[in-house]
Amino acid sequence: MVEVAIHGRHDAGVPDHLKLATDIGSEVAGPAAAEVDEQSRFPVEAIDAMRSAGLLGALIPTEMGGLGWTLGQVAEATTTLARYCSSAAMVQAMHQIQVACLVRHGDSPELRAFTERVAREGLLLASATTEAGIGGNVRMSSCAVERDLDSFQLRKQAPVISYGEYSDAILATARRTPESPASDQVLVLCRRENVTLKPTSEWDAMGFRGTCSLGFELLAHGDAADILPVAYGDISSQTMLPVSHILWSSLWFGIASEASDRARKFVQAAARRNPDITPPNALRLAELTTVLQEFQDVVFAARARYAAIQDSPDQTTAIGFAIAMNSLKVSASTLVVDVVQRALLICGMAGYANRSPFTLGRLLRDAYGAQLMVNNDRINANNAQLLLVHRKM
Amino acid sequence: MEERIRSVLVAFARLPIEVDKLGRDDDLYRAGMTSHASVNVMLGLEDAFDIEFPDEYLRKGTFESISTIMAVLGQLEVEVPAHG
Repeated sequence: MVEVAIHGRHDAGVPDHLKLATDIGSEVAGPAAAEVDEQSRFPVEAIDAMRSAGLLGALIPTEMGGLGWTLGQVAEATTTLARYCSSAAMVQAMHQIQVACLVRHGDSPELRAFTERVAREGLLLASATTEAGIGGNVRMSSCAVERDLDSFQLRKQAPVISYGEYSDAILATARRTPESPASDQVLVLCRRENVTLKPTSEWDAMGFRGTCSLGFELLAHGDAADILPVAYGDISSQTMLPVSHILWSSLWFGIASEASDRARKFVQAAARRNPDITPPNALRLAELTTVLQEFQDVVFAARARYAAIQDSPDQTTAIGFAIAMNSLKVSASTLVVDVVQRALLICGMAGYANRSPFTLGRLLRDAYGAQLMVNNDRINANNAQLLLVHRKM
Repeated sequence: MEERIRSVLVAFARLPIEVDKLGRDDDLYRAGMTSHASVNVMLGLEDAFDIEFPDEYLRKGTFESISTIMAVLGQLEVEVPAHG
């Protein structure tokens, strides 16, 4: 699979990270996307290609064996991958979120060694943050880490662990101790060899069907050194939440860009058939382009906002920043549906058909997932609370 | 000042333990204060001390413990009423 990167297109002026994402997308992820969607199966060939190309270690510094990409570069690669297969792009994005947490907060010799393995072996990381009976609030846990000298045990009822069965490790939240309050959480690295997963639900959903987001009972044990040394609250506000929203919004922008491209090609084909008159749906394309540009600006601005302050905990734990990241998620997840829907109106029956160069069914189904994964109602309610004390944007 | 802060915590922090048992430097988040409750604590402090926290203080660290709250209120030159 390494050949993908070596024998791919070498367009002058295209940065390496985009070339790599385009090669994997066009040669591996894209050709399998329809089958991944139809069978609701894990995009194994795309993830293998990413592993071979080192993409799973993209965020890890080069001195630790990774590619040393910035979050912005990973975000751009995610946009590109999403044009070809939203599910493969989402698995990749969710993995990178976990890697970002390890790189920034896994500051111990044991966790550093594991992070180096992620880079070297291309280990795939999943996450278990939600919990049954907690109502979707990831900042509360009912399960707790039980420690016994230098080891730990954990049992968690996880309503969702995306691609859990295909992962090499799962980062799970839990209360620090059985005596700790629900909000005093830690993040625990559960290595595959220490984990038993019992499926508790199926995954047959409208979209993102390749993410295999089943529910599981997670049973894990391991060395106490696998408990991240920082409070999960800090990991969440400084890294997990902003990186999630930045990568997800970049991914949704990729879906929107692909839909937009299909609409543009449809209008241009009509124009070529009859150059004398501007096709009526060209006006709709102009309107779509306005929304797409708005979308792009929101996504780019959020990346720049985080890049400027990511190393300053004072600024990443500020209420204003939390509001900004929450707003990014709500905007981007709404805009993606808007754009794909506009593209569907432009392409008409050619977009509605499942077998057509302009088909938009899968993209629309995937797009609708965006508002549900961390439900926008929950995020708006959170912002409503924060805005009671916030002063200025 | 500390008494008044503690009474705000009693009213709004929704801790599973008694506020009296908290030391000045104990971490309120570890004691069980959620981010939702911390916003209510901010509002309660603003009301109790008749202040508005400037933006630069609206972050997690400000409300981490009784002593961090006291330090910030001190910087804001809060006037403590005689009975407070």
